[in-house]
Amino acid sequence: MRKVYLDNAATTPLLPEVREAMMPYLGDVFGNPSSLHDWGDGAREAVETARAQVAGLIGAKPEEIIFTGSGTEANNLAVKGLALAQQAKGKHVVVSAIEHFSVLHSARTLEKWGFEISEVAVDKYGLVDPEDVRRILRKDTALVSIMQANGEVGTIEPIAEIARITKKREIPFHTDAIAAAGTIPSDVGELGVDALSLAGNQFYGPKGVGALWVRKGLRLMPILDGGIQEGGRRAGTENVAAIAGLGKAAALARNDAVKRVKQLTPLRDRLLKELPAKIERVVVTGHPQNRLPGHASFCVEFIEGEAMLMLLNSQGIAVSSGSACTSRALKASHVLIAMGISHELAQGSILFTLGIDNTAQDIDYVLETMPPIVDRLRQMSPLYSKFTKASKGGK
Amino acid sequence: MPVYNEKVMDHFMNPRNVGEIADADGVGEVGNPVCGDMMTFYIKVKDDRLEDVKFKTFGCGAAIAVSSMVSEMAKGKTLEEAKKITPRAVADQLEGLPKQKFHCSNLGAQALKKAINNYQSQKKTGGKKK
Repeated sequence: MRKVYLDNAATTPLLPEVREAMMPYLGDVFGNPSSLHDWGDGAREAVETARAQVAGLIGAKPEEIIFTGSGTEANNLAVKGLALAQQAKGKHVVVSAIEHFSVLHSARTLEKWGFEISEVAVDKYGLVDPEDVRRILRKDTALVSIMQANGEVGTIEPIAEIARITKKREIPFHTDAIAAAGTIPSDVGELGVDALSLAGNQFYGPKGVGALWVRKGLRLMPILDGGIQEGGRRAGTENVAAIAGLGKAAALARNDAVKRVKQLTPLRDRLLKELPAKIERVVVTGHPQNRLPGHASFCVEFIEGEAMLMLLNSQGIAVSSGSACTSRALKASHVLIAMGISHELAQGSILFTLGIDNTAQDIDYVLETMPPIVDRLRQMSPLYSKFTKASKGGK
Repeated sequence: MPVYNEKVMDHFMNPRNVGEIADADGVGEVGNPVCGDMMTFYIKVKDDRLEDVKFKTFGCGAAIAVSSMVSEMAKGKTLEEAKKITPRAVADQLEGLPKQKFHCSNLGAQALKKAINNYQSQKKTGGKKK
């Protein structure tokens, strides 16, 4: 059976070159980067090389990069660490309604600690209006955190425009670029932000490693107490192999960025165009143009996402869904709900996220496999029979 | 997919008794699309027994497997026997459901019971309440 992996938003595979770059640190070069002897030197050199590579990817200075144990940790450190460090200025934090839980739940924790949180709404495409951000800012706003791109619907936010507003008001602006960095340009100078999170497993690097960039001079309160690794901003012995892998992945992403976007975009566009043409009552979620190059997401009416996911899996295709049944919390995706999609329609959420291993043949296979699966589930669906009866009755 | 066991997967991949009964003696609908799962059960009754049971389900893999299993368990049973089918019994017949999916199995038995109640209340003479 053909195997087609289309869940790169969950994680990308590890590139062989990245794995090679990691191997020495899982072998002979096992030292602790904090150690002063030769064993420590080798490990420290690996971490510093990776720091320069990650900085290179986002146009930052190496000393501004803090390695973390995941993208989630980078977001926690940014939201909690920046808000806590700026609290003399005020205790108001602004986030968008479609942030990842690592930002939203960090904001909720800040709320418990006495901060006030404002959520900026999004439109039906998942776009934040910079004017809404302007209106929501206050004198005591300590931090704004809005993602560069959303991993569930692919929409790319107008970060540079928002940054012009926050800069004028001298309010620190963090962007969660985990879904974006390594895939689309995330140059911190062009974006104009003050802090940015990224994660290795979103661009062919290893899992369990992320990075937070914080502009020099901006204060940050560490959230882990311990040693003085990462300039005292993130305690704990570094995961040297994963950091080396992240660095290598960043270097490759920087080098191949244009090629990758060129490869993914036409494949994505075929899915966006042809799937709704082949299957009735399918809507594209997210912005039609301003979206991640490998990201095609839909809601299919009258059926549920997990059932679709499982039947696609039985045909060798890996996807994900934002339906309530798919989530362990049994809640529909907060992103889809924030975009004004009904709970009923959100149940039919399905998400194809492409990667550099995908080919035109993979897309052919999806386009040929998907319609009979949808049909099969619709034949079982009481909602679909109500719909067909109603439309027959109407004629 | 390791989330579901083989038995659940079998009932999901090859659900038994899917469909509607045009001249059903009783129909029961539970759940709603907003909370995730919705099931409609159709029954045909002869001599106080379930001669035929069919269903339509909107929902996840577990919801479909549960509906299929309930329909299989109910077929041929007397109405009173069928009303005693519990969510736990359905889950046991399926050799277990993931914890967070257990609520789905409540719906199958409930929808069947609703269909039987619907039949009994239509009959009026036998329309006693449980």
